[in-house]
Parts: sequence; structure tokens; C-alpha cells
Amino acid sequence: MRLYAVVAAGGFRRYATYRTATAAGVFTNTVFGFILAYTYIALWDARPQLGGYDMAQALAYVWIGQGLLAACAMMGGGFEDELMERIRTGDIAVDLYRPADLQLWWLAGDLGRAAFQLIGRGVVPMLAGALAFDIALPGSAWIWPAFLLSVLLGVVVSFAVRYLVALSAFWLLDGAGATQMAWLLGLFFSGMLLPLPLFPGLLGEVARMLPWSSLLQIPADVYLGKHTGWGLVEAYAFQGGWAVALLLAGRLLQSVATRRVVVQGG
Amino acid sequence: MAETVAVRPGPEGSREPGGSAYFAYEERPRVLEGLRAYGLIVGMWVRSTMAYRASFVMTTFGNLAATAFDFLTIVLMFTHVDALGGYTLPEVALLYGVSATAFGLCDLLLGSMERLGRRVRDGTLDTLLVRPVPVLAQVAADRFALRRIGRILQGLAVLVYALATLDIAWTPLKVAMLPVMVISGAAVFGAVFVAGAAFQFVAQDASQVQSAFTYGGATLLQYPPTIFAKDLVRGVTFVVPLAFVSWLPTLYVLDRDYPLDLPQWVAFLAPVVAVAVGALAGLAWRAALRTYRSTGS
Amino acid sequence: MLDTSVGAAGEGTGVGHDGFITLDGVEKVFQVRRKAGLLRRERHEVRAVDGISFQVARGEMVGYIGPNGAGKSTTIKMLTGILTPSGGRLRVAGIDPSRERTRLAHRIGVVFGQRTTLWWDLPLRDSYRLMHRMYRIPDRRYQENLDRCVELLDLGELLDVPVRQLSLGQRMRGDIAAALLHDPEVLYLDEPTIGLDVISKAKVRQFLKELNAERGTTVLLTTHDLTDIEQLCRRVMVIDHGRLMYDGSLAGLHEVGESERMLVVDLERELPAISLESEGAGPLARVVKVEGPRQWLAFPASASAAPLVARIAAEYPLMDLSVREPDIEAVIARMYEAAAP
Repeated sequence: MRLYAVVAAGGFRRYATYRTATAAGVFTNTVFGFILAYTYIALWDARPQLGGYDMAQALAYVWIGQGLLAACAMMGGGFEDELMERIRTGDIAVDLYRPADLQLWWLAGDLGRAAFQLIGRGVVPMLAGALAFDIALPGSAWIWPAFLLSVLLGVVVSFAVRYLVALSAFWLLDGAGATQMAWLLGLFFSGMLLPLPLFPGLLGEVARMLPWSSLLQIPADVYLGKHTGWGLVEAYAFQGGWAVALLLAGRLLQSVATRRVVVQGG
Repeated sequence: MAETVAVRPGPEGSREPGGSAYFAYEERPRVLEGLRAYGLIVGMWVRSTMAYRASFVMTTFGNLAATAFDFLTIVLMFTHVDALGGYTLPEVALLYGVSATAFGLCDLLLGSMERLGRRVRDGTLDTLLVRPVPVLAQVAADRFALRRIGRILQGLAVLVYALATLDIAWTPLKVAMLPVMVISGAAVFGAVFVAGAAFQFVAQDASQVQSAFTYGGATLLQYPPTIFAKDLVRGVTFVVPLAFVSWLPTLYVLDRDYPLDLPQWVAFLAPVVAVAVGALAGLAWRAALRTYRSTGS
Repeated sequence: MLDTSVGAAGEGTGVGHDGFITLDGVEKVFQVRRKAGLLRRERHEVRAVDGISFQVARGEMVGYIGPNGAGKSTTIKMLTGILTPSGGRLRVAGIDPSRERTRLAHRIGVVFGQRTTLWWDLPLRDSYRLMHRMYRIPDRRYQENLDRCVELLDLGELLDVPVRQLSLGQRMRGDIAAALLHDPEVLYLDEPTIGLDVISKAKVRQFLKELNAERGTTVLLTTHDLTDIEQLCRRVMVIDHGRLMYDGSLAGLHEVGESERMLVVDLERELPAISLESEGAGPLARVVKVEGPRQWLAFPASASAAPLVARIAAEYPLMDLSVREPDIEAVIARMYEAAAP
């Protein structure tokens, strides 16, 4: 356990050193936040209470999205490029001999990264949004820890998906395609482009059942007080269920892949 | 080996001991040299891509899908409203199509320039500086990704949909405006890419700032100017003249009022603005490269 | 009409320094910003190259050595036009590199040891075709040069192999060929043998030797491997802290640095330390270590190993032996000690 704590701390520190990159990312998140906020204003001007949100809630949704974009690695930028590179170059064989679990090792590092990016990349855009627009704030103080727990579960789901994608590098020589498809699906089905309640009919129902809704839609709804009491437990159970299922799928794929490495002789 | 040396063609250099350059160096126009080198390097990248055919097909499809999701979002918005900022879906589609096609074109041609910071950091930029062709051309062609053609195709598809659906009172000027705005739009985006790359000489990790202007700009221009705050519109018109990319020319085609009470004829300034910002970006690039070569950082 | 006098000029030690490459008080100063306190940043100067002057004649082969961070690669970067000097005068083939970088590029070849310029996913041949067109090499010249490189660097079977599948040594040979297709007059090599196996090292060295002898190509190489220098260069320049510390022959460097080579001797059985007295001049070598039948003897690097080996073979039951070269850092370190008052 100590080992993984050290790895997580390392992940945090590593991203903390990229100061220019962090500042640049904050700038970009803020610019996108503004663009999106104006489109939502136009939308909610025409249809107040659209999707069950009022204007202030819709605007809060925009800035929560920008705040979580980096932490949930919705546009990549997490560990996956590095892991794929290690698979491509064969360095992965070395990792397999480490006295640590491969998946937990990368998970710990990614949680460290997410923690930093939640603070470094998340706080400033949310503050900027709160200052520039009239955004909804949580109704009570307990919402904040509830929101953070939901974000944590979202990060784990995001990790589990990206881990599966990264392992595809064992079979695909160039993983760029798989990575790109994954983040496209993630952006759309997390509700980053448009809240999922605005998706019509069957598309909406499917979208709300997919794992990506754990990344933004559910944490945002927790923040906005849409899940309380048993509803909150259900939301956590949904996120936790996907996290466990996807992590197990990752382990399965990992064991198939490592057998491959061993057969190939590393 | 003596024979091979004896047949050495070329002018004066051949007789000098030590095998001086057998072909005389000719000063050639730098722009043409740059374009030629760009073409050569792009050819190499295309061939490299074809080494991973399956991945190429997937990523091309991915690029197409990327923008498809973009537009799908707009379509989903219009399932709830009839007009956004006073614009109908086909009208927004025209804005979208122009912006996406122009940006896609530029992204295909110069998209990898945002990797310049990485090359500066790991020192591989130096390998480009010892080649006899302009560095800008080499950087622009670096990691050329044919898959980005997917974005252009998707933009064109939306553009065709918009033109087919809209009821436009066509005039020769409006017809001429279409290719002009796509090409000058791509040029303005290109200038942003070059200026952004120049900025990365100073701040190597700041490629994200560039995305704010490029991807951010492309997204902004997909929506009607009426929904944005006046100051934002003013900024994109006068500071980073992205508005010329699609807003003003498209509004001209649509016979819509311009933002900021600009006169009608400014839409025709698009090519002029494109050339001007291109020149500015070129100067910024030269200054940045010179700084790099004297500071080595 | 092969100009043999060129090879001879390159081999002679008394090369007339007509200054094909000329450096005159060249300086390179970097401004480095360092953190001082929480937000304050302090600027200070780093003199990476601090007034270096030397001349290299056409057809010379020169080793340019020094510890990491001594200013070697900064010098090479100025010589290739990548960096602009902060002061002094610099000419390569009569060209000011920083002002006419592109023109110079046609006349120089550069091999960066660690960074390949070959195309990772494409067959080696494709990278060469790009050079062919980028440098506008006449078809016939290109074919001749390529054939020659393929023959001498043993690339025949590798031409159609994607670069990513080549070994480090194969790739280095490929890189060297890529740098020579346009017939450069000067070749800069940055650590050309680093990480290579013994056979690849030998091939690379042999090739460079022939290139220099037949084409009269001027070669400037940086290396950590003194064997490179020993086998290739009559002249060595040592740079440290941005200054030229030594310019002369390798033997001279060994003398200045009082460096020692190591003879590792395996005897038939365990014996007391070997002792070899020579007439008057003290011991030929001193025993540094004895471990069973194996003994380590240090002897001056400037001396030949042959008489020593002959004596041992004559007086002791010799099974096997090998010679270990001194390493560059040690030589330079001792040079400092010797220079210190």
C-alpha cells in the first residue's frame, strides 16, 4: 500500500512540475468555458428549464465540465501514451518483473495526476466561471465532499477505460487510432459537449447507461443536488459498478497480453 | 575509386582536393524551396502512415467522427429550439461548414506545428537546422497526418447540406465568396498556427495556448456571432482576426446584419487580412528562430 | 586522378594549418534564469564556450573531447550554423555558418550519435531517397555514393528493412551513410560509436578512415572512447569549461595526462606479483592488483605494450592477456592535476 501511495505522490509531483503547461491548459479551459457558456445561454434563453436545469445550473454545468476535463483526462494526456510507448518498445517486459501489480501501479500514478489536475487545472476555470457568470452553487456544505467522491469514482472509471485502450497497443502497432476513438466517445458520452438529459429518446437512455456518464454527468448532477439520499447511493453504485467491471476487464486483457509477451520472449 | 572521382561532373569545385561540392550551390527562391521540401517530407510521412494501414483507416474515421460529434451536438441542440441566437439550423450549418472546412484544411497542412515545443525540448530541432531547406517548411511538414482529411470531408459534407437546404439569393459575388472564405479562413488559421509555434520557442510547454486559439477559434466560429458578448466578438474581429474566417463572409452570403455595425464591404477584406496576418506570423517566426539560435534554449 | 596527396596531407602530422575550419576567439554566452527565492528569478551568464581559437586544415581528422557540459556540442552547433556565436570569428570553408546556414548545409554532413535522422517506419532506402532530392544530388553521384556507402558500411541487406527493425550499430551505419550522400567536405560526428558492439565500432572506424584517406573529407568527431581517437585521429583537442585545454597528438595528451593503460595478464598458476626491472629507467610497469593467477599491470599509455608483453612472455608462464585503454575522464582529470602548481 505504501508503495502505491509513493507512486501516487510521484504522479502528483510530476505533473506539478509542468507549470507552463498547466497555465496554458487553464487558459484553454477558460476560453472553451466561455464559448460553451455563451452557447448554453442562447439555448436556455430560448428554452428555460431545458433538461431540468435552470440557467444558473446549466452554466455551472459548463464550468464543472471545464474543471474536470483535465482531471478525468477526457481529451487524453494521462498515462496512456506512456504505457503504449512502453508496450511498443518492449520496455513493458521490465515492468512485468517489478514486484508491483501493473494495473495498480498505473492507477496509483494516474490518481496522483488527477489530484493535481483537479487543483491545478480545475479550480481556476471554475473560479473564472463563477466570477464571469451567475452560476449555481451547492445548496449545502455536504454537497462538496459528496461531489469529490463522485469525481474520484469518475477518475477511476476513466482510468479503467484508458487502461483497456492502452493495452490495445499489444495488438495494434500504432495506438493513435484507438486512443483517439476513446477520447471522442468519452467527450460525447460524458456529457462534455451537451448534458446527457438533452439527448433525445433512445440515444439519451443509452448514453446515460454507458460508463462515460460517470466522468462528468453524474458528478455534475451531484454538485447540482440532483442526487440525494438513496439517489446518491445509487449514483455511487453505478459509478462503482462500472469501475469494478472495467478494472476486472483490464486485468483479464492484461493477463492475455502478458502471456503474449512471454510467448514472444519479451 | 580513382575512376569515380575522375568522372565527377560539375564546375570548379571538382578539381579541388578534398572533394569540394561537385555541384555549385544555387540561390533559389526560399518560398519555392520551402514548398518543395514540404512536399518531399509530406510524401515521406504519408508513406510512413501506410506502414500502419489499419490504424490509418481508424484514425481517419476517428477524425471524421470527431467533427461529426461536434455537429451532432448542434443538431441535438436544435431538437430543443428552432433558432439559436436568431439563426436556423441550416444557417448555423453554413457557419459550421465554412469554419470546419477552413480549419480542417489548415490542420491537415500545418497541424503538427503544435509539436514544435517538444522538438525544442528534446533537441531534435537541431537536426532540422543542418538541412539545406527552410526550417519552417520542415516543421510544418513534420508528422504530416493524412488522416486529418477526415475533418475536411466532414466539414464539406455539412457545407453541402447547408447550401442544399438554404434558400440563398445567389449573386456572382456570393458564389465567388465561398472558395475565397474557405481559403482565406485556412490562411488565417495557418497564421495562428505559425505564430503559436513561434511562441513555443519561448514557452515550450505552451502548446495548449495555441489550441485555445485554433480549436477554440474553430468552435467559436461554428456559432452565430449574435450569441456572444460584444467584447468577445470585438476581440476575434480586431485582435485575432478569426472573424474574417467565416463570420463576416458567411453573413454576407446569408444577407445577415454584421456584428459591431461593420460596413458591408469588410467581408471582401478576408483575403487581405489573411495575407497580412500571414506576413505578421512569418515575421514572428523569424524573430523566434533567431532568438532560439542565439540563446539555444 | 585520385588526389593521393590529400590522404598524405591528412596523415602527416605537420599539416599546414591553412584554416579550412577557423575559429578565432569564439564565444557563446547563455543567459540562464535561476530561481532565487519564491518568485524572484536571477539572471546569470553561462560561458559555454569561452574564447576558443583553432584551425583545422582540409583533410584533417580531429578528435574533439572533453567532459559532459564542457562546451563540445555548443562548439559543434556553432560550426554547423545551428547556434549563432556571441563573439569571435568563425569560418567553415570560407562560410560564416550562422549567416549562411543553408548554403553551408550543402557542404557539411552531421551525425548526431543519439538522434537518428532516418525515418523510423520506412525502409532505409527511402531515407536516402529523401536526401537525394532534398540536397539535389545529381542522380549519378547519388548512385555512386550510395553504392560506395553500401559496400563499405555493409548496408546491402539492410536497405529494404524498416529503420525501426535495425540494431543500434546498423542504424548508426545507416545514419553515417545518410550524412555522406551529398559529398560533404566536412563531417561532424557526435559520439559515433557510443553504444555500439565491437564489430560495429570497428566497421565504423574503418569506414571513416577510408573516407578520410580517399575523399579527403575533413572529420571532426566528439567521443568518449579514446580508442576512436587512437585509431582515427592524429590530432586531439581537449575542451573543458569552454576553453581549449590541449591541442596536439594523442601521445602528447597521454604524456601530459600521465595516463596509464592496463595490461591484464592470466598466468598458468598463482604467482607472486610480476616484477620487471628495466635498465636504469625504473620498472616498465607496476602491478596494481593480483587475484589468483590473474594480475593487473599499469604502464604509461604513451609507451608501447609490445616490449612489456615480450618480457612477460619470456619470463613468466603466460596464458592470456588483454590491454585496457584509459578512459577519457581520467586522462583529463590527471591533466589538471599535472597542470596545477
